[in-house]
Amino acid sequence: MEKINKRSKLYLTLVFIVLYAPIFFLIFYSFNSGDSMTNFQSFTLSHYKDVFSDNRLVVILLNTIVVALLSALFATIIGTMGAIGIQTMRNRKLRNTVLSLNNILIVSPDVIIGASFLILFTMIGLKLGFMSVLLSHIAFSIPIVVIMVLPKMQEMSNSLIDAALDLGASKKEVLTRVILPYIQPGIFAGFFMALTYSLDDFAVTFFVTGNGFSTLSVEIYSMARAGVSLTVNAISGLVFAVTMLLVIGYYFVTNRKMKGVR
Amino acid sequence: MQSKRGSLTLVPYYIWIALFVIAPIILVGYYSLLDLDGHFTLENYQNFFTPVYLKMTLSSFWYAFIITVICLLISYPAAFIISRLKNKQLWLMLIIIPSWINLLLKTYAFIGIFGQSGPINAFLSTIGFEKQQILFTSVSFIFVSVYIFIPFMILPIFNSVDKLNRGLLDASRDLGASRLYTIRRVMIPLTMDGIKAGIQAVFIPALSLFMITRLIAGNHVITLGTAIEQQFLVTQNWGMGSTIAVFLIIFMFIIMVITGEQKKKKGAARNGKN
Amino acid sequence: MKNLVKASIAILVVCVALIFITKSLDTNASKSGKNILTVYNWGEYIDPALLKKFEKETGIHVVYETFDSNEAMITKVEQGGTNYDIAIPSEYTIEQMKEKDLLLPVDHSKIPNLKNIEPDFLNLDFDKNNSYSIPYFWGTVGIVYNEKMLTKKLDFTSWDQLWDPSLKGKVLLVDSAREVLGMSLNSMNMSLNETDSTKLQKATDKLIDLSPNVQAVIGDEVTQLMVNGDAPVALTWSGQAADMMYDNEDLTYTVPDEGSNLWFDNMVIPKTSKNVDGAHKFINFMLDPENAAQNADYVGYSTPNKAALKLLDPEVTSDERYYPSAEVRKNLHVYKNLGKEKIGEYNELFLKFKMSLK
Repeated sequence: MEKINKRSKLYLTLVFIVLYAPIFFLIFYSFNSGDSMTNFQSFTLSHYKDVFSDNRLVVILLNTIVVALLSALFATIIGTMGAIGIQTMRNRKLRNTVLSLNNILIVSPDVIIGASFLILFTMIGLKLGFMSVLLSHIAFSIPIVVIMVLPKMQEMSNSLIDAALDLGASKKEVLTRVILPYIQPGIFAGFFMALTYSLDDFAVTFFVTGNGFSTLSVEIYSMARAGVSLTVNAISGLVFAVTMLLVIGYYFVTNRKMKGVR
Repeated sequence: MQSKRGSLTLVPYYIWIALFVIAPIILVGYYSLLDLDGHFTLENYQNFFTPVYLKMTLSSFWYAFIITVICLLISYPAAFIISRLKNKQLWLMLIIIPSWINLLLKTYAFIGIFGQSGPINAFLSTIGFEKQQILFTSVSFIFVSVYIFIPFMILPIFNSVDKLNRGLLDASRDLGASRLYTIRRVMIPLTMDGIKAGIQAVFIPALSLFMITRLIAGNHVITLGTAIEQQFLVTQNWGMGSTIAVFLIIFMFIIMVITGEQKKKKGAARNGKN
Repeated sequence: MKNLVKASIAILVVCVALIFITKSLDTNASKSGKNILTVYNWGEYIDPALLKKFEKETGIHVVYETFDSNEAMITKVEQGGTNYDIAIPSEYTIEQMKEKDLLLPVDHSKIPNLKNIEPDFLNLDFDKNNSYSIPYFWGTVGIVYNEKMLTKKLDFTSWDQLWDPSLKGKVLLVDSAREVLGMSLNSMNMSLNETDSTKLQKATDKLIDLSPNVQAVIGDEVTQLMVNGDAPVALTWSGQAADMMYDNEDLTYTVPDEGSNLWFDNMVIPKTSKNVDGAHKFINFMLDPENAAQNADYVGYSTPNKAALKLLDPEVTSDERYYPSAEVRKNLHVYKNLGKEKIGEYNELFLKFKMSLK
C-alpha cells in the first residue's frame, strides 16, 4: 500500500467534516436545556432521561431497527437473485425493459408509492401494521440493491464461469463458489443502501402503517407542526453513538482475529 | 443452461415486479385519466403541457443534472482515495453511517447551520465579512441534495475503483502517458460500470426530490416531485398528480434507453477483447 | 458465500431478539383485548400525561398514532385498515369528511362537559349543532414580527404593510394556498372564501407583486427560523406564533384590522371506530376543565374551554394575542369548504405565485 499524499488526506477529511457536521449539530442540541434546536441555554442530560422513561419511543425505535434490518436482508436476497438473473438474460430488449421497470420505484415520489401500496394492501385485505410496512420496505429497497449488484455482475467475465463449469463444477457450485464471492462487495453495498432507504422513509410508511405500529420517521414528521422535541435528538444521538461503537468495535475485533490467524 | 438458472433466480424478482411495480403503474395510469369528479378525461395531460409544468420539468432536469455532476466530481476522487486507504472497508462504512440519521432532523440541522445566527455566518462575521443569506438559495439546495446523495454515488464507484488494477495505472504512467491521459483513457473507461450505477442511483431520484425544496430552498426551487406531492396531499387531485408521475416514468424510460444503447456498444467492444 | 450466510443469520438473530424486547416493553401487545381506544392526532399535540390519566380513570387502553397533515389523515381513514376511534382534524377537513361520510355523529348526552365550551365556538357553519365534532383548540392567522429587526417601524395593523419596500427579501409565508391567497384577498377587503375567478386572479397578481419581499415559502420550520432571527416577519398561525414567542421575547403577534381566518381543530369520531363509547368518554375527559387547562398549558395553543380559562395563567388568558376579544373575533372568518374545483383553482394560482419567486 503506497502512501496517500497530504492533499488527498485533506480532501477526504473535508468530505467527512461536511458529512458529519449536521449530526454533531443535532447531538450538540440534544444537551440543550431549552426545548428546541435554537439558542443553546445550558447543559442538561434530561432529554436522555426522557428517552428511557418513554417506553413508547423506545418501542418505536426498536420497530424501526427491526423493519430496516429485515427489509434490507430480504430486499438484498431478492435483488441479488434478480441481478444474477438479469445478467444471464440473452434478450437485450427484454433486459432493458426489466431494468427500466426496476427503476420505476426509484423515480416515483414516495406519496405515489405509499398511496398505491395502501390501495393494494387494502384490496387484498392485508392487515395494516408490521407486515404491511415490512413488505413495502422490501419492495422499494429491491431496485437499489439491483443497481448496486449489477455492475459487479457485468464486470465478472463469462469466461470465469465457463472455466468453472469446464472444471466440472455444478451449477450450484458455480453460484456459491464463483459468482457470489465475486459480487459480494456489491451485495454488501446493496444491503447498506437498502438499510438507508428503510431508515429514512417517511411517506410510504405513513400510508401503509396502522394499528398502533409506527416508525421513528413517522413520529418525527408528525411532530413538525408543534415542534420536534429534543428527545428525538437524544435518541438519534444514542443510535449514532451505538452504531459507531458497533462498527468500529466489530471492525477491530475481526481485524485482530484475521491477523492472529495469519 | 445458464438461462435456466437465470429464470429460476428471477422468480421472486418477477413476483415483486408484478405486485409492486406493474400494479402501481396500472393504478397511476388509471388515475391519470380521471378528473376531480372521477370521470374519464384527457384534461390532465393537456394541463401538463402548460408553461407552468413545462418550466417545472426543465428546472427539475437542470437541478438533477447539476446535482449528479457535482456528486460525481466529489465522489470519484473520494472513492479512489478510500480504496487506497488501509482500513478501506471501515472508512466506507463511515461514509454511509450519516445517512442513517433521520433526514428531517438533518435538514433542521442544516437550517440551523446555514441560518443568520448559525456557525457559518458567525464565522463570516468574525473574519470581517457581512452576513450572507445562505438559506433559501439554489446554492444551499444543491449543497444539501448533494449531501444526501453522496453515499449513493461513492458506493458503486468504490466497488469498481477498488478492483482497478494498480499495475495498469503504473504501466500507463511508465509508458509516458500524462496523469490526465491515464485518468481519461485508462481509469474512467475501466470503472464506467460503477460510474453508471452511481448516476442511476442519483439522477433518477434527484428528479423527484421534494421536502428539501421547501425546507432548504423555501419553494424558490420547485421540482416535479414537489408538484406531485402537492397534488396528492394538498389539492387532493390524484388525477393530476398521477399524470405528472406518468411523465416522470416516461422520462426515466428515455434515460434508460439512452444508457442502454451505450451499453450495447461497450459490450461488443469487450467481447472483442475477450 | 459463508460470509453471506453468516451475516444473514446474525441479522435474523438480532431481529428476533429485538422483537422479543419490543414485545416485553410494548404494553399495547399485552393488552390486545377489546378495551382499546385508538387516537389519531398531530404529533406533540396532547400532553402524554393526560393519556396516562385517562387510562387510569377509565381502564381503557389508549393506542396513540400521529399524522402530519389533514389530507394524509383522510386518506388513511378512508382506506380503513385501522380502527381509529378519535381523530383531531382541522375544520375544513371535517367538512370534507362529512361529505365523504367518514364520521359518526357525536352523542351530546354522553358529553356533559360540553357545557364548558364557550358558546361562541359552538354551532359554527362547518358543523351545525356540533353534530360531528367538538372543539379541541382554536386560533387565528396573523403576522409574527421581530421589532428589533425591522429597519422601518411597522405595526402590521394592515396586511398591506407586508408589501412595504423596506421588507425586501424579509417575509416568510406559510406553504398553504388558502392562508396566503386569503391574506391577499383580506388585504383588498375581499372575503377569504372568495369564489369569483377574476377576484382570485386579482389577489394572485397582488401576491406576485409581493414576491420581491418573500424570503421563502415554508412549512413548520417557520418556528425555528423566526426564533433564530433568520427573518423579521412571517405570516403564520397563532399556535405556532405562541411557540415562537415562548422561545424569543422580541417577537410579537398581531392580526391586521382587515380581518383574517379563524381556525379550529376539533375532535371527531371516524366511521372506523370500534369503541364509540370509549370515544365519547375520551371527548368528555378532554373537556374537563382541569384536563383542558393542563393540555393547553402543555401544547401552548388557545383552548375553547371557558371553564379551563379560569385555571390558566391570567397573564396568558388576558393576552389579546392568544385570546383576541370578541370584537376582534367579529372580523375573523372560518374557511368554508369551497369544493374540490375551487380548492384546485386556489392551489393552481398559489403554484403560479410560487413559480414567480426568484
